[in-house]
Amino acid sequence: MTENKKSSILIVDDETIVRESLTKWFKQDGFRVESAEHANAALKLMEKGPWDVVILDIKMPGMSGLELLKRLREIDRGAQVIMATAFASVESAVQALKDGAFDYVTKPIDPDHLSHLVSNAIQQKKLEDENSILREHITELSGVNEIVGESPQIKRVIDLSLTVAKTDTTVMIRGESGTGKELIARTIHANSARRYFPIITVNCGAVAETLLESELFGHERGAFTGAQYRRKGKFEMADGGTIFLDEIGTISPKMQIELLRVIETKQFTRVGGNEVLSSDFRVICATNRNLETAIKEGSFREDLYYRLNVFSVLIPPLRERRMDIPLLAQFFVKKYALIMNRSVSEISGEAMDMLVRYDWPGNVRELENVIERAMVLSLPPAIRGSDLPFQNVTKLELPKDDTLAAMEKVHVESILDSTKWNITRAAEILDIDRVTLYNKIAKYGLKKP
Amino acid sequence: MPPPIRIIPLLPVSVELISSIIHPLHSVFQTEIILEEPLPGLVEKVYDDSRAQYNSTDIIRKLLDREELLIRKSFSNTFAPDPKSKIVGITSVDLFVPILTYVFGEAQLDGQASVVSTFRLDNSIYGLEPDPVLLFERTLKETVHELGHTFGLYHCQNLECAMHASTAVEDIDIKGGMLCNECRKKAGVDR
Repeated sequence: MTENKKSSILIVDDETIVRESLTKWFKQDGFRVESAEHANAALKLMEKGPWDVVILDIKMPGMSGLELLKRLREIDRGAQVIMATAFASVESAVQALKDGAFDYVTKPIDPDHLSHLVSNAIQQKKLEDENSILREHITELSGVNEIVGESPQIKRVIDLSLTVAKTDTTVMIRGESGTGKELIARTIHANSARRYFPIITVNCGAVAETLLESELFGHERGAFTGAQYRRKGKFEMADGGTIFLDEIGTISPKMQIELLRVIETKQFTRVGGNEVLSSDFRVICATNRNLETAIKEGSFREDLYYRLNVFSVLIPPLRERRMDIPLLAQFFVKKYALIMNRSVSEISGEAMDMLVRYDWPGNVRELENVIERAMVLSLPPAIRGSDLPFQNVTKLELPKDDTLAAMEKVHVESILDSTKWNITRAAEILDIDRVTLYNKIAKYGLKKP
Repeated sequence: MPPPIRIIPLLPVSVELISSIIHPLHSVFQTEIILEEPLPGLVEKVYDDSRAQYNSTDIIRKLLDREELLIRKSFSNTFAPDPKSKIVGITSVDLFVPILTYVFGEAQLDGQASVVSTFRLDNSIYGLEPDPVLLFERTLKETVHELGHTFGLYHCQNLECAMHASTAVEDIDIKGGMLCNECRKKAGVDR
């Protein structure tokens, strides 16, 4: 045992000489030590805790050590209880361990054994405390929402993500390139019961077909030229957690068959191996392809589609939620101001007009790139229109007043324009019914060009 | 100047062995080391039939009782033990405290008395060839250790320090026979 002023030990034994000897023994190691003669005294001393280790005699007058063990565990599950008795019995040892005791020793105790036992108990307590703190930290972080936006469309995406996060259901995230599919996948994982385990990402479109099998399932040494070592695959690494298969629409027919089998059985073998391995994972996949069309064309398996598309989350393109552009732009300005240590914190009115009016074929990813570039070029304190790469965007007519009606008129008109006056689609984006949309068109005197 | 240290051989024990550690003890504690006359009959009073061992806590109690008696008697004779002195009884009998199977020694933390046993420091009880040099080293280290407790020292994390905890004889062999700098300062025996 080594000097340890921070750890605390509670000794519960009806024999005075035992309490005194152990108190002296542990105090020499720098422990904070208290002792109790019987269960009631011990329960009172629990208020002076928390205690790292409790050394508890089994045979005591009044409440027995085994009974007290249960009570102590109810008060403080973190305290590591070592049962000690002069009357060794297998039954009491087993019962004590089942009831949560850290270990069980017979008196008199070998000092070397006691020293290691207490060290191990303290180490166990430290690990449990650390684990608890880390879990809380993860839970806090999972509550941090990096998804920026206030539009009804993105709020719906967030709501759906948080709803499906509570289940283990396979999720398919759909959306154009750059809309934040991986961000949604991470949000789902971070809010799920699997958040304490990893989320493993595989960009199926970025890995050569010949290597995708090895990437997903791993390989044994010598499985192919260059396979010098055994390597774990992504399914194995995702055990307990989530596997995110991005660009699922790009995988070959052969890989689709293998993937279907693994998702259904949760079993696989490494390339070049014989051992059947199991993994407990949740699947989230993403695509920007129209899989329904791919099925009709015969390039995507229908059975795999139904296996993956149990729950679908569709992320709208940025041009369909223009009210989020100012928020996103400001978010990226803050981000890059910090990274680049620049004192640019604003976006001029003209530049913001251009940002809102632009159609963003590359969606949020493109917006981030544009802001990052503009942050390099701009002079403090603001990004100006001349800092942006697109100069031909029609200037947005901002409402002349700040009323809600004026803002709503501009937004409805903008959505109608972006959908080419497709009433059904525009109503869907605005999250209102068609009748309400017609009423607003009439109210604001909007006319189809 | 640190308080003087009085070594009391508690028979049965090798006085020659004890004499050999006086000089090294002086180097460690930088104080006067007094070897008293061997004391017969004390350890027998603390023998426990059920354990076939000797209770170290009771030995310390007896050493303190003896001190008290000596101080009372000192008013009527010339010998007056220094009340600030640290005393260490060294014996060759096997020591125990009720909760543990054995102890190498025991001491009052920041107190006056301590006791050391050479019983489990001797190779022969482990079925090995006797090794007088090893026995001397172990006896020195354990005496420094128990005396260190009387100087207010807790167990030390430094593996080379004599105050490092030892619950098995192998632990004693790993550590050194001196106090580390920090323990020397805390004990007030810094040069």
